[in-house]
Amino acid sequence: MRVALLLLLLLAVVALPGAFFPQRTSDPNAVQQYFLDHPDTADLLDSLHLFDVYASPWFSAVYLLLFVSLIGCILPRTWVHLKNLRAEPSRVPSRFTRFDVRGQARAAGTPEQVRRRLDAALGRRYRRRLASERGRTADGETRTALTISAERGFGRETGNLVFHLALVGLLVVTAWGQLVHYRGQVVVVQGDTFVNAPLDFDSFDTGSWYGADAQEPFRVRLDSFESEFTVDSQARDFVAGVTLTETDGSTRTADVRVNHPLETDDTRIYLTGNGFAPRFTVTDGSGEVAFSGAVPFLPTADPNYASNGVVMVPDANGGERQLGFNGVLLPTAAADEEGNLIGSAYPQPLDPAVVLNVWVGDLGLDNGVPQNLYLLDTTDMEQVLTTAEDGTEAPVQVVLRPGESVELPDGLGTITFEDLPRFAAFDVRYDPSIVWMGVFAGLAFAGLVASLFLPRRRIWVRLVAGADGATVVSAAALARGDDPGLQRELDRVLAVLESDQAATSKEDR
Amino acid sequence: MNSDLGDISTLLIYGAMASYVVAMIAFAVDVSALGVGAPKDRRRRAAGIGLSTMWLGAGLQFVAIVVRGLAAGRVPWANMYEFTLMFTFFVVAIFLGLQTRRDVRYLGVAVSMLAFLALMLAVAVLYVEADGVQPALRSYWLVIHVSVATLATGLSGLAAMISIAQLVKARSERATVSAGSAAMAASGATAEVTSGAAGGTSATATAVAEPSTQPSATFGSRIVGSLPPSANMERLAYRLNAVGFVAWTFTLVAGAVWAEHAWGRPWGWDPKETWTFVIWVIYAAYLHARVTTGWAAEKFAYFALVGFMAVLANFYIVNIFFSGKHSYAGV
Repeated sequence: MRVALLLLLLLAVVALPGAFFPQRTSDPNAVQQYFLDHPDTADLLDSLHLFDVYASPWFSAVYLLLFVSLIGCILPRTWVHLKNLRAEPSRVPSRFTRFDVRGQARAAGTPEQVRRRLDAALGRRYRRRLASERGRTADGETRTALTISAERGFGRETGNLVFHLALVGLLVVTAWGQLVHYRGQVVVVQGDTFVNAPLDFDSFDTGSWYGADAQEPFRVRLDSFESEFTVDSQARDFVAGVTLTETDGSTRTADVRVNHPLETDDTRIYLTGNGFAPRFTVTDGSGEVAFSGAVPFLPTADPNYASNGVVMVPDANGGERQLGFNGVLLPTAAADEEGNLIGSAYPQPLDPAVVLNVWVGDLGLDNGVPQNLYLLDTTDMEQVLTTAEDGTEAPVQVVLRPGESVELPDGLGTITFEDLPRFAAFDVRYDPSIVWMGVFAGLAFAGLVASLFLPRRRIWVRLVAGADGATVVSAAALARGDDPGLQRELDRVLAVLESDQAATSKEDR
Repeated sequence: MNSDLGDISTLLIYGAMASYVVAMIAFAVDVSALGVGAPKDRRRRAAGIGLSTMWLGAGLQFVAIVVRGLAAGRVPWANMYEFTLMFTFFVVAIFLGLQTRRDVRYLGVAVSMLAFLALMLAVAVLYVEADGVQPALRSYWLVIHVSVATLATGLSGLAAMISIAQLVKARSERATVSAGSAAMAASGATAEVTSGAAGGTSATATAVAEPSTQPSATFGSRIVGSLPPSANMERLAYRLNAVGFVAWTFTLVAGAVWAEHAWGRPWGWDPKETWTFVIWVIYAAYLHARVTTGWAAEKFAYFALVGFMAVLANFYIVNIFFSGKHSYAGV
């Protein structure tokens, strides 16, 4: 028990660093940022697993030890408890004076009759044993006393055991879920479809027991995306209208909202993000269409959805002089007094515009190293400049509104901003352990409530025939832990006798 | 229309704060009367005024919360300001509820002060206009998860106040025990003096003897003396904490269910989740220790206080200074 307590406190201590250092699991970008900001300490912290606290050996050691100690404590207790459940209530103690809660009464009738009434008064909650015992009175006569031992509240210990066992169950199903789950993330532009298959996801991770045949083969098409904002740009609702084609070929339409995932047979699809994916057409110097498609631009922290994005045109000019564009999309472009676009004024596309820088050279896509689709690697590229009237050179900035087209300098070609569909980001998750987590969490909660609030009580009564044909009743009660209602409970039971003769008293106990 | 209702709610909160200040002063007057030696069983008129104004404040605050909900068109516990309104209301309401069953007027100053300070902070720093909520919060789990969290916060808050009173009282009890043994040695001498003063002056003798039995009846010790025995307060704090722990467990489980709906995972070690987990573990250790160890009652009080400090940190520090998925407090 002491060990368990120590480990519990230790668990609280080792869980805390995860709240202070960014964690790879919940915020990988912040971890990267930490490495950039604190290059001298980051490696040390990383070797101490401070960026993966909850998967670290020391955190795992503490919780595994805690559960080992818990099981070591709970199993014997379960055994004892099962035996107790079958055992009869304990014998009536010989002397009641050592108990704090006692009561006495005199009742009319024989001891048998009185015992029957008390027995009825105890109610169904008590398990009881009725017995008799021989004893000597003060003047040396032998006398037979009838007894009742009653106890209730096995649910308290049952609840306690259920609570602890449910915690073990929770740990086990969580581990199982980690092994068999998969999770994919995908960005879908309006009108496009994705298939629930590893290759179709932008990122995909699985547990080690994942089998590809476990993946339900469904298709989801994003038909529409609608958002709602207040006048001061606060988001109020996001709705992705999708068409789901299921394994058997049947289709249905559904709305996916935040807090309202789409459920297929065993998979859930969550709406996790959204933004704009401007559609561009790029022709190269020879007039060939080198690129045509919608490019998701990632919203920045700006509430008005100013978004960053990159257009890569590897096929331009036969791949010799590849084109790259990076820049910003402003859903509602706001200009300063000189007409320069300075930002977005509203998250809805009331007056959208893109502002792009133009690069030419090698995009670096052909060397096989994975690239960030939202960042332009400009190491082997050159920014296209323009010469102003006064002879100074400045980067070319292309400003486009939907439907507009611009000729690039130096005969590089043209770029056209066709239109502005939206994109939605979905998380597809399969984790069969979720239901069991719910079951065990519910059991743990119910067990906890029972173990804290069900009273565990014992009541003993001894009945002796009195001189005048009445019965002398003496009783005592004992509870586990604090039980302010114990005296009241004993009084309640003895109260059935009070109708004939008021004799209980706490004063003379 | 809506912003009018919001303003009315804010005005009512000012009213509730004023009531709590009056209550605090009244309870303080009551306590200081004890301190200057007023008999324990006198009519405590100041405490009565304190209680009435507490009831008034709680009533005003209740109406303010309801009006706030009407103004925003949703349940009124979706940001830090409203969370504060809720948990301070629970602290006050549970205190008043307890008072109907037993005498807990000794908590009056602490409860009214806690309520006032928390509301003050809410109005001055955390205030936001009554408005709708972002999509992540549009769920019936907001109703369930957050309301129980405010209740749990209220319960641990009140229990923490009791624990402080318990610690103060326990200190003086210990002093009395050690002073008692010293007094035993000294009392022999006093008895001789009294008997030497002869029966005729017994009135004076008692007058002299009384302060000598309580050699250090200062302002503070009289107040502490009027507190209930520390063991009783510990038991009361334990019962509140036990209910609080159940409420906290429920908050945790409901939060995990909601997280599964909203973010696609029941648990992700987000800073808020981590802190909530740590608080749960602290209170679990407290309950565990209370059931299985025979520690001195004061240790439990320290435990409960650490737990409540973690609750406060989880609310004020984590919400404002840690960025995570729970960062929609609107501050």
